[in-house]
Amino acid sequence: MLENAFVIPAITFVSFWLILFFGKRLPKGGSEIGVFAVGATLVLSLFAGYQWVDRDKTLAVEHGTEEVHAEDETEHATAPAGGTVPSLDGEPIVLIAEDGHDAEKIREPVRKEWSWFKVGGHDIKVGTHIDGFAVLMLITVAIISFLVHVFSTNYLHDDRRYTHYFAALSLFTTGMYVLVTASSTLGALFGWELMGLCSFMLIGHWWEEQPNSDAALKAFFTTRTGDIGLLVGISILFFAADRTFDIAAINEAALHGDIGRTALVAAAAALLCAVIGKSAQFPLHTWLPDAMAGPTPVSALIHAATMVVAGVYLLGRLYGVFWEGFDIGAGGFNVVALVGAVTLIIAAALAFVQHDIKKVLAYSTVSQLGYMVMALGVGAWTAAIFHLFTHAMFKGLLFLASGSVSHAVHSFDMKKDMGGLRKHMPITHATFMVGSLALAGVFPLAGFWSKDEILLGARLNGYEAFMVVGLVGAFMTAAYMARCVWLTFYGEYRGHGHPHESPLAITGPLVTLAVLSVGVGFLNSPLTDMWLGGLIDNETVLTAGIAHHDFSVPDALVSTAVVLLALGLGYLLFFRDRLPKGVTERSKPALAGYTFLVNKYYLDHLWTGVVVGSIKGPIARGAYWLNQNVIDGVVNAAGIASRRSGEWVYKWIDQGAIDGTVNGLGLGASETGGSLRQVIQTGRVQWYGSILFGAVALLALALVIFV
Amino acid sequence: MLINQFLLLGAVLFCIGVYGVLARRNGVLVLMSIELILNSVNINLIAFGHLWGSESAVNAQVFALFIIAVAAAEVGVGLAIILLIYRNRTSVAFDEVDMMKG
Amino acid sequence: MDGFKDWALSLGVFLPLVGAAVMMVVPRAEEQLHKLIALVTSLATMAVGVYLLVDFDYGESGLQFTVNHGWIDVINARYEIGIDGISLPLLVLSMFIVVLTIIYSWNHFPEPHNPKAFLILILILETGMNGTFVAQDLILFFVFFEVVLLPMYFMIGVWGGEQRLYAAIKFFLFTLFGSALMILSFLALYFKGGQSFSIPELIQVAQANIDETTALWIFAGLFMGFAIKVPMFPFHTWLPDAHTQAPTQGSVILAAILLKLGTYGFVRIAIPILPEAAKDWAPWIGLLAVIGIIYGALGCLAQTDMKRLIAFSSVAHMGFVMLGIATLTDFGINAAIFGMVAHGLITGMLFFIAGSVKDRFHTLDMARFGGLLLQAPRMGWVLGFCAMASLGLPGLAGFWGEFPAILSAYSPADGLPVETFRTYMVVAAVGTVLAAGYLLWMLQRVAFGTVKDEWKDHDIPDMRWPEYVAWTPMLILIVVLGILPNLLFGIMDESVKATVAVFGG
Repeated sequence: MLENAFVIPAITFVSFWLILFFGKRLPKGGSEIGVFAVGATLVLSLFAGYQWVDRDKTLAVEHGTEEVHAEDETEHATAPAGGTVPSLDGEPIVLIAEDGHDAEKIREPVRKEWSWFKVGGHDIKVGTHIDGFAVLMLITVAIISFLVHVFSTNYLHDDRRYTHYFAALSLFTTGMYVLVTASSTLGALFGWELMGLCSFMLIGHWWEEQPNSDAALKAFFTTRTGDIGLLVGISILFFAADRTFDIAAINEAALHGDIGRTALVAAAAALLCAVIGKSAQFPLHTWLPDAMAGPTPVSALIHAATMVVAGVYLLGRLYGVFWEGFDIGAGGFNVVALVGAVTLIIAAALAFVQHDIKKVLAYSTVSQLGYMVMALGVGAWTAAIFHLFTHAMFKGLLFLASGSVSHAVHSFDMKKDMGGLRKHMPITHATFMVGSLALAGVFPLAGFWSKDEILLGARLNGYEAFMVVGLVGAFMTAAYMARCVWLTFYGEYRGHGHPHESPLAITGPLVTLAVLSVGVGFLNSPLTDMWLGGLIDNETVLTAGIAHHDFSVPDALVSTAVVLLALGLGYLLFFRDRLPKGVTERSKPALAGYTFLVNKYYLDHLWTGVVVGSIKGPIARGAYWLNQNVIDGVVNAAGIASRRSGEWVYKWIDQGAIDGTVNGLGLGASETGGSLRQVIQTGRVQWYGSILFGAVALLALALVIFV
Repeated sequence: MLINQFLLLGAVLFCIGVYGVLARRNGVLVLMSIELILNSVNINLIAFGHLWGSESAVNAQVFALFIIAVAAAEVGVGLAIILLIYRNRTSVAFDEVDMMKG
Repeated sequence: MDGFKDWALSLGVFLPLVGAAVMMVVPRAEEQLHKLIALVTSLATMAVGVYLLVDFDYGESGLQFTVNHGWIDVINARYEIGIDGISLPLLVLSMFIVVLTIIYSWNHFPEPHNPKAFLILILILETGMNGTFVAQDLILFFVFFEVVLLPMYFMIGVWGGEQRLYAAIKFFLFTLFGSALMILSFLALYFKGGQSFSIPELIQVAQANIDETTALWIFAGLFMGFAIKVPMFPFHTWLPDAHTQAPTQGSVILAAILLKLGTYGFVRIAIPILPEAAKDWAPWIGLLAVIGIIYGALGCLAQTDMKRLIAFSSVAHMGFVMLGIATLTDFGINAAIFGMVAHGLITGMLFFIAGSVKDRFHTLDMARFGGLLLQAPRMGWVLGFCAMASLGLPGLAGFWGEFPAILSAYSPADGLPVETFRTYMVVAAVGTVLAAGYLLWMLQRVAFGTVKDEWKDHDIPDMRWPEYVAWTPMLILIVVLGILPNLLFGIMDESVKATVAVFGG
């Protein structure tokens, strides 16, 4: 399966066409094809995972050709066998590990490539590059996609475009598979944009209503704006790495210093733009909350678990470029970490003022994506990927559970239409609780392990400030989830009608995901000896000399304390109703802060109103005015001028000259030139003929006489 | 063989043609006069061709044939025009056709 | 078949003319017969195109199917024709588009009807276009280049919209102005460059014979002639008018083929014959190209008329093509030719759709539209598909015209200012976002939303059979070329490499 991983995207791609052309004629409107196809890919992905685990470690990688500036303590405390040693003079040192080997052995990635096209004699290849990271992503995507498919069969049962919906889901899944298996940046770009297209189609699924299509357009534009960076970055790397799109080759070139400093920084910055756009990082995160206009399962699949992590995936995949370009190994501070940290905090703050349950989850997603980006920024590669994996599980769960809730109450508004649902929907309540606690990072759920590793990595890699930010983020996360749970499931039911538990097709995926949210955290815990981390290690990460950190109990205690504090506070504020009433009425700064948050930092005003509005409005109109009046004006003026000058020539030179000649020849009085014309120009053909003949005769006579 | 007779014949035909073109009012007759002019040229061509060319040279004849063909086409077009004029004005008198007056 | 090999190209060029001649003698009332003759002629021409595709030697970079006969000996102009990998795709595209246009015309004849004249014009147009792509002699090239002009003039002027005369004359004068400068440059090439009009010969000798200043001026003349046809900013203003006023079929041919005559001229004549001058001019061409990209996109955003919007988008897309050419690299020129073909297919399709929309609603004012997906779902989906293709989505043909052009701008040919071109690259990448902007806004205004009251009671039929037949091949090609770009890159790469060899690329 590792060899033939291309089969996985191929299955869903075929499924897309089948649903598109035959879906409507099938008894279940094509959903059976989609569910079956994704189910098949899930089986194949798991099989690929089994094969990967089973694979022998054959590839020897030398550690740490990296210049190390990190503090001594870091290295001694954490470097596993074969780590790097600090060198004060900055000389790169290849280390001999404690057990006497100078290199660690890892599983060799499985590559399969075909020649795609040739330009200028360069053979551009397309293919798959399967390593632990890719397999992990495949499994993640397959699990979530499969459960979302099952969920949707019931959730969108009577939808007006049921068949199209499943076709788009299949195409989307294809895009994500293509991205994670691609061996080249170009292949990744294909998957990347394919997902963008499907995201557009699915957000705008109910395009009859203007807000939905607006949200779809916004999502597409915003990510596309980031894609400027992707196009530029891929171009730079193509030439910088000696004309190749191959990701492994690019990483290698970056880490071995084969790429010039300027090009590397430019490429890393450009790619970061793409990440910011796709993974909804500050300041381009505004599309993601709006994208909740799509059906809820879509939000779970695309805008929580898979597509939005494409940016994180790219960051992790081309880590060599970022590592060198932003000097991540140096510790202290860098732009990637900053972007992640800012996103983490501001999005978490926004989650407090939302009334719409999906918006809370959306901002929470943005915030968690910030966590991942920050993790990659501080060099905690394994932790970031691990968090991506666990986050997919519990955030997918939360979104699907919110879908289940809205299925029952026909609304997303927590304040108006929810409350007290605990009694009506026990399964949904239980699973939502599991998801919330996992997200908050409560021991021993999945979020705890991954979040903790990030914080630990930040501290040990010399990014202490970001660890503090991470703790603050964890605090806020726990608190707003407490608010969300309280508003939805506790208190009095504020809606209409009688909500009841959803059917099996909906609760089944919820329970499955809840089990996973509890379980997957252990895969990379001290209990399993960091099993997963060892599986996804790749050449780039090891060459860069990224340290793996052992679990540290004190750090875990600190973060757990913070989370429990937040939960306790949330419990007091919301459950025990100790929330101070009317703060915003009494205190001006509080009101200002609240307004600022409700208006989403006015970023939407900036993008939609100022930037897009001015391009669409004044700038475009100005350019068009320029076109019509200046450029075209010149053309028209040239036309008019030449006609005028023609008239002038006719009037003064032609007519004047003819008259003058006529007069000058003395054939008639100058004053009767006009009447002479009348005599000569009778309009009769024969008269003209006579003149002609007469003139010729005269000339002939002259010829005879004078020559 | 004397060439003079032919040239004389040509000249006479030409003059009759020119007179007809310039003086006749009837469009059909003007067309016929043009034919006369063309044929006078043909006569000249053949005559000179015979005088200066060898027995086998056919250049002049080719020219003449060309002119005949063109003349035929020209008559066709001319008659069509005259027909149109007649339809529009119920007359083919050329002195009444003065639309080209500036 | 050796004999046929010599005749194939001439047949491909003049067969449409024969068809047009036959149609001339058929009475005007026999409309079905006219359509049939036109279709059969264009299909036969297309068959020649298929033969060329089959018999073409893809490993060879030089000219193939060459014919070289005396023509006008006095001025040394010869009937010299031949194709290489650069002209083959465009030649076949031209044949292909004409077939589809004729099929589409089946029941879409614009007022004042008259299929006989309309189809004859299309066939004459085809001869001109095919001839331009195969001509290897400057005078022959010029003749074909101009042959194209008149039928198009009449098409716009007779079958066009309300302001057709203004548009037609503007189109005619603009192009004629460019042609005048172009023929001057041709003459200069003849007298200065080696007493020959033969393009292959001039490529060999012209560079050595012409001093640098003269070469710059000659190139400027060629540039004007071709840039107006492309059209490049700021010579583009004839295009929106011509497109808006032209009948659907005219717009399609104009966008799909006629614009390519200009870019093709650059690749075939201007750059290979005067490489040094091309190098000096390249930064300026690149500048105009990226201005065109941004400017065309902004122009699109200001439009309320769907067809005019598509017309402006051509300015932007041809900007990408010209940017690729200006880099003077193998990647850039490959991208440019791919872009030409892709733009021909995609924008041709968009104009087809606009025509069908106009046919049904009798207006193209986007403010009055909405919910096309509800009234005519298939057409709405095709519109969405083409919008996605046009904005350069990977996996569809448009991508391969855009992305490699951006890519190549990062590393232009030796001797070109690298920083300048890298700036162009970023600006062009911004252009892709604007492209997404105007196309999706158009899609939103036309296809999404609900049906406006105005059209509630109208019966808007979905796609009809001529539309299915004419569009399906184009849509399939857009996907196929998008996934398997080597179908096109494989044809042209050898020839492009030979072309840019002088630049050390």
